[in-house]
Amino acid sequence: MVNFAYARAASVSAATDSLARHRSDGAHEQGADFLAGGTDMVQLMSEHLRNPDRIIDISALPGLDRIEQRTDVLRLGALVRMSDAAAHPAVRSECPVLSEALLASASAQVRNLATLGGNLLQRTRCGYFRDPGAPCEKREPGTGCPAILGQNRFHAVLGGSQHCIATYAGDFANALLVLDATVRIAGPNGERTIPLAGLHRIPGNTPAVETNLAPGELILSIDVATGPAARRSHYLKVRDRASFEWSIASAAVALDLGEYGTVRDARIAVGGVATKPWRLPQVETALRGKRLTLALVQEAAAHAADDAVPHGRNAYKIELIRRTVARALAETGGLA
Amino acid sequence: MNAVGAPLTRVDGPAKVTGSARYAAEFHPDGLVYAATHDSTVAAGRIVAIDTAAAERASGVLHVLTHRNADRLPYLTPAERPAVDPVAGEQLRVLQDAEVLFSGQPVALVIAMTQSQALYAATLIRVTYDAAPERLVYFDPARAKPTSEAAAKKGRGPETKKGDPDAAFAAAPVRVDATYVQAREQHNAMEPHATVAQWQGDRLTLWSKTQWVGNERAEIARRFGIAPENVRVINPFVGGAFGSALRTWPHVTLAAMAARRAGLPVRLELTRRQLFTAIGFRSETRQRVALGAGLDGRLTAMIHEVTGQTSTYEEFAEPALAPASTTYACPDRRTRYSLVPMNISTPCPMRGPGWATGLIGQEMAMDELAAKLKLDPIELRLLNYAEKDPMKDLPWSSKALRECYRQGAERFGWHRRTPGPHAMRDGRELVGFGMATAIYHVSRYPTSASATLFADGTVTVRCATTDMGPGTYTSATQVAADALGLPVEQVRFELGDSTFPPAKEHGGSTTMASVGSAVQAACTALKLKLAGLVRSGDANDPARLLRRAGLERLDAEASATPGDETKTYSSVGFGAVFAEARVDPELCTIRVARVIGVYDAGRIINPRLAHSQCIGGMVGGIGMALLEEAEWDANLGRVANATLAEYLVPVCADIHELDAFFVESEDRIMNPLGVKGLAELGLCGVAPAIANAVWHATGKRMRELPITPDRLLMA
Repeated sequence: MVNFAYARAASVSAATDSLARHRSDGAHEQGADFLAGGTDMVQLMSEHLRNPDRIIDISALPGLDRIEQRTDVLRLGALVRMSDAAAHPAVRSECPVLSEALLASASAQVRNLATLGGNLLQRTRCGYFRDPGAPCEKREPGTGCPAILGQNRFHAVLGGSQHCIATYAGDFANALLVLDATVRIAGPNGERTIPLAGLHRIPGNTPAVETNLAPGELILSIDVATGPAARRSHYLKVRDRASFEWSIASAAVALDLGEYGTVRDARIAVGGVATKPWRLPQVETALRGKRLTLALVQEAAAHAADDAVPHGRNAYKIELIRRTVARALAETGGLA
Repeated sequence: MNAVGAPLTRVDGPAKVTGSARYAAEFHPDGLVYAATHDSTVAAGRIVAIDTAAAERASGVLHVLTHRNADRLPYLTPAERPAVDPVAGEQLRVLQDAEVLFSGQPVALVIAMTQSQALYAATLIRVTYDAAPERLVYFDPARAKPTSEAAAKKGRGPETKKGDPDAAFAAAPVRVDATYVQAREQHNAMEPHATVAQWQGDRLTLWSKTQWVGNERAEIARRFGIAPENVRVINPFVGGAFGSALRTWPHVTLAAMAARRAGLPVRLELTRRQLFTAIGFRSETRQRVALGAGLDGRLTAMIHEVTGQTSTYEEFAEPALAPASTTYACPDRRTRYSLVPMNISTPCPMRGPGWATGLIGQEMAMDELAAKLKLDPIELRLLNYAEKDPMKDLPWSSKALRECYRQGAERFGWHRRTPGPHAMRDGRELVGFGMATAIYHVSRYPTSASATLFADGTVTVRCATTDMGPGTYTSATQVAADALGLPVEQVRFELGDSTFPPAKEHGGSTTMASVGSAVQAACTALKLKLAGLVRSGDANDPARLLRRAGLERLDAEASATPGDETKTYSSVGFGAVFAEARVDPELCTIRVARVIGVYDAGRIINPRLAHSQCIGGMVGGIGMALLEEAEWDANLGRVANATLAEYLVPVCADIHELDAFFVESEDRIMNPLGVKGLAELGLCGVAPAIANAVWHATGKRMRELPITPDRLLMA
């Protein structure tokens, strides 16, 4: 970690202005970074993957640490701690998938510190990205991606490119994706709102650019639409060990079931297998309008890996996503 | 008054939980500055250029050392190779030349005013390498070489043979012939290795994480060409080591080099990432086990071949084939051991060294054989019970393994196990029971200790041993208290200082037998001296006794040395380990619901500590069976998951019911205390018991550890 100037931002505009003023010039300044819970940022700084000369602490920004329940909408402040959001009564009753995804994340200690906004922006756990001694297209474009022919048991089979197959590591964003969440963002040019689905980017030819946030932009809150599908939602996470571990496959499911179990609406996203939070429209289509049975679940889940590309040791994920989606659908639909 | 046998809580517990226990990195001599290394990113080659200009300009930097400007050290040859060093080869001489032998080798060192400054400046160093045309980065059994004569002298030779095992195997009516793989494992103790070095003239003090202060003193004296008397090594507390602190690794040399260059005390603490290359590891191992048996279940042939990894500069051989020569009765048997030299740092002992590894193949193969014979796995083991050491042809100094099997089966509820696999269910989960034999040899080293009576009636006992976690502080205090006839509160045991009476390595489960015997001898000697004074006074008033004798204190020192018993007896600790695995058949996740071990470990000095040792071993075994794998990237010649976030060890949520029991046992032949040693034994047999339980649950033989969900799914 290098020495850095530390300032606690008093307002959102002060924070975004300050970050905009201290952009890296590539020679003298390494630039500024926002710091909230710090659970990922401090790791990046101690491995020297980020060396900001200026830290803008946003953890005391007023008004961003609340959960507000409005008609048909839950507004989750970006500075709400993961553990607080998971335990919030409205979150638990209106959107169980969110609470479950949060509780399946990290450890209790990390959840007590980490914020929702920070969680959305956590960097990948790709071992090569985290190793300053290894090449990585995300860190140093042009050096090549060693994961594609290397150790890729944890890597993505969906959304990869020849430059990067690093998995998006989070759980919370996958759950938000099935609630059609939107993200309110502040920046040097004011506020804007984008769908959560438009926050993260696939690596393509520019794996270093991971989100559609412009420099200096800051997440203020996440809006989640409530309703029957959100209420019947569920998160299933498969991982090597029982806690404190990223997923090798996970599924977020929200179902709106009509009379006789007819699927009025189905939304499914997967994590641990893709380079960004990943919706599965082909599975959703296969379910809609039909009566939810175990046979239908199997038939629909078979499409979970339709576009998947294996790279060696991660080939197992193709079958594992199908099984994970099937299990999550069955559990959500009361069939398991 | 019997302290031995009582479940005393740790005497050093309060110091550890309140933070007053000081670990190596926590010593802060005046003027302390900090060092960090820059490590190679190529697996093999030569350094052609090092640009240190940016590092030298970085804030707080005092010096940058490379092979170009570092002191040339004499590295005197020892009269005898330290027991903890590899059997052959030359240790890494860090910053002495331009050669790179593995990725992660320190090639430069920065000294700065703060730890952060040193670490950051080290990242600014730019090294140009001339990569070697040939990199030995594949664990290719075709390149395996038989172990050397030096290894043979330590019982780790290329071959052992009795009878005609190949013919016996070919003729056997029932056969198992399978290959087992166990991943490279890292020790990953909680405390990172660190050394604080301070020169005062030509005298050097090292506060340094080590399992053997005496060897570190001798080793550093040789490397720097100074008298051992001029080196003092201090290390009162160790936050886990598992074998990784037996050798004196290159970073200790670097700390002392840096302190000499800076003219100030220097601390070098390794980062977690560096711990994957700087302090050894358990080599990835491939083993072939071929077992032949008659229809009656009696073994007729045992063939066990192990291939391990070593570095290009040293030959590290471990007793992976010792179980094959020790566990079961069988007339015809052979072992073969070979190593593949690679551009990696040298592996080293890790808990249960060799034995735990060999037991993986052996005990999984025994399970496969039991299935083929349609015999209960315990029944098969009893049919082949070794009434004496089968290879050495010596009687056991003690053996209560039969009782371990019996008690273990009863406590575990083994009778509920179905004979065939894939037959037990609980809801969605598949349930499986598995077991394995645990075995680890018993040995003991010559050790000295001192005991000093003070006027307040307290006694301080000292020995240059270590306590990396088993509880040596406590158990040695208990032995001393009984030998002196004093309550434990009046006895203080001190360790971890090379000026104390000498001990050998704190490893190989030897400490209780070695240090315990020396402590008992020193305390007995002190009592004899005191008896001489008692004639003139009251034994219950030591203060007056000492005053009357004109003494401020009374000192005694004694040694305890093993005799010829190892020539006439074979001595081994035994156990039976039982595991219950629960498997999700679709998602392929595995939960170890129960592990129960029953051990013949000789006399138990402190049942609380012994229990803790064994359940700790079970946690390690769960890691070995299901999680731990240093993922090797052969393209880069580098570990791809060198952090504790990516290299997985069990967390609390992975641990369910664990329990350990000890059968009545005493081994007075091997040492006066009757103990056998316990630490290594606790890991032995756990991983194969779990793998056997996974087979019993699923019907799938998972011959590659760890059994991760992807492997189970693809099987």
